[in-house]
Amino acid sequence: MSEPIKPLLTSRYGVKESWKLANAESAGAYATARQALTTRKPEELKEEVKKANIRGRGGAGFPAGVKWGFLNPQAGEQIYLVINADESEPGTFKDRSIMDLDPHRLVEGAIISCYAIGAPVAYIYVRGELAFSLKRLEQAIAEARQAGYLGERPFGVDLGHPIEIYVHSGAGAYICGEETALLNSLEGRRGEPRLKPPFPAVKGVFGMPTIVNNVETIASVPDIIEMGGDAWSLLSRLPGDGGVRIYGVSGHVKNPGLFEAPVGITMRELIDDYAGGMLGDRPLKAVIPGGSSTPVLDPRRKVHAPAEDHPLHKWHGMSEIDVPMGVDTYRALGTMLGTCCAIVMDDSVNMVEACRNLMRFYKHESCGQCTPCREGTGWLVDVLNNLVHGRGKTEDVDLLVNISNNMMGNTICAFADGTAMPMLGMVQKFREEFMEAAVNGVPDGVRHDDSVRGMVEGAA
Amino acid sequence: MAFSLSPERERQVDEILTHYPERRAALLPVLWLCQRQNGWISPEVVNYVAERLGLSTAIIKGVVTFYTMFFDEPVGENVVWVCRTLSCDLRGGKAIQDHLEKRLGCTAGRTSSDGKFTLLKAECLAACGQAPMVQINDYYYENLDLELLDRIIDAHADKGGEAAAAELSTFARFGTPRRNDRLAQASAPPPPTEEAVRVASQPPPAAEASNAGGDES
Repeated sequence: MSEPIKPLLTSRYGVKESWKLANAESAGAYATARQALTTRKPEELKEEVKKANIRGRGGAGFPAGVKWGFLNPQAGEQIYLVINADESEPGTFKDRSIMDLDPHRLVEGAIISCYAIGAPVAYIYVRGELAFSLKRLEQAIAEARQAGYLGERPFGVDLGHPIEIYVHSGAGAYICGEETALLNSLEGRRGEPRLKPPFPAVKGVFGMPTIVNNVETIASVPDIIEMGGDAWSLLSRLPGDGGVRIYGVSGHVKNPGLFEAPVGITMRELIDDYAGGMLGDRPLKAVIPGGSSTPVLDPRRKVHAPAEDHPLHKWHGMSEIDVPMGVDTYRALGTMLGTCCAIVMDDSVNMVEACRNLMRFYKHESCGQCTPCREGTGWLVDVLNNLVHGRGKTEDVDLLVNISNNMMGNTICAFADGTAMPMLGMVQKFREEFMEAAVNGVPDGVRHDDSVRGMVEGAA
Repeated sequence: MAFSLSPERERQVDEILTHYPERRAALLPVLWLCQRQNGWISPEVVNYVAERLGLSTAIIKGVVTFYTMFFDEPVGENVVWVCRTLSCDLRGGKAIQDHLEKRLGCTAGRTSSDGKFTLLKAECLAACGQAPMVQINDYYYENLDLELLDRIIDAHADKGGEAAAAELSTFARFGTPRRNDRLAQASAPPPPTEEAVRVASQPPPAAEASNAGGDES
């Protein structure tokens, strides 16, 4: 049983009308920004973020402090901060809660970050569906500007540059969460990813050096600066992967939702202690750990790391879901931590059907720029449709693997890898179910929403 | 007939243009303003935006067709997006879609015969912990069951009923998107009692707003 922690990121979620400046401020908002802008140097702040070992919360897990260090603006270049609020990874719903329930934390984080990296303008790119979050943010920004926390002289300090924050709405495209697609979309173009290098820190939005960070990453900055990077980092249970984060759980648990906890709790803790255990106490069959692009975990499988220098040796022989959730531990496990929002499936779920659901998502969302991705995602869906509808052959299971292998690494952005990796993980871990489907199809009785369908319908 | 924005929205365009060093960057925000006024991005809207931002119509059509939320044909008075990605489907997303199709008399991708509702399937709308859910116009409706869904559709069907519907949206009761008292008891799905349904569809008190922080562990 994990000990509850004092909430940091979510500490104001329960404050009445927390999105209003007066309420947020009496609960502590902007004190850190004021202190940072009036008494500290940008270099010190950058150093704190580096010491905090905060791994990017958008899914890739890149250390934010290191990313900031890539900035090296040439004469005449303006630095931009872009905050990625295009939260669209299936299973992920954490950033929206920050924008809706504590927008001033994000604004405060953006002010401190702009000051630290020397950016006069920050754009918050919000996915188009979140019209409500967009309004909340715009109101929060307007209030902060009114109070003199933004503009020419934030907090009355002459920084040598103003700080302005603008909200920019997307219009429905998962791919715009990819940072260079996001930059294209921000520039008024189709959201197609750019070839890298140059990376955004060198040539980003409007051809200028740009830092792209996730909402939760930026929202963590005020706590990092207030506590100091070292102390904040130590909140984590893992080395090199600091702090606390917001975990999400959806699917077949009793208590789906968001939970703030230290980095490094285990999936078992997350499901049993935080999310209240399995819905109807049915057995856990599989869990997608951090958004649909992260390969599935199978609780029956044991960690195999007999060598003493293996990063997972400590958990040798234990279930996959007993490994602490960290960027590096999960990579060693052959999956990814991603956005840290888990999709939990009980034994009623047919994995071929679950897989088909996700692959339909990728087919719909592929931007179409690169052939392996555009054609591969559609082909995977075709093959899975055949399997589910009883038109499949046993060779189709290997065909799924073959298609996936030919998508990986052959495209401009990571979308194709993000499709192929979970596909391969599904076939690897639940091969017998795919073989079974190839012979018998998937009978209606095991379609994946059966265990709750009655509850939804029963009310009518 | 040529399209033009209302004077108020024109002022908003002027303001938006100050946010960016390049005019083109205002394209998505300006398209949004036009769609809010016109309901969809008609050829006249494309011509207007091309002129306003100094872009070719081909560029604008390329952008409009890339993004799911820009409509290049007319839609109903209300647009219903039903989320069918995995987290929602695990909690009954298909039942929600089936019910809407029956209720509105049209399949997903079509508009009801009275022109009031366009029903569309959506990919993940970032509300996975509150599944199943639909988005109608600007509002998210989460933790749905069919009874609540019917009330929401009833409210939206009334002209000017959007405010009443919004009261049922998650945002009116956000932060307590849970109904787990009922779900927790469900093993092999028992028929929900009248009482349970009533509790489920009532806005929970705001004081319980946080379900974060691990305080339930």
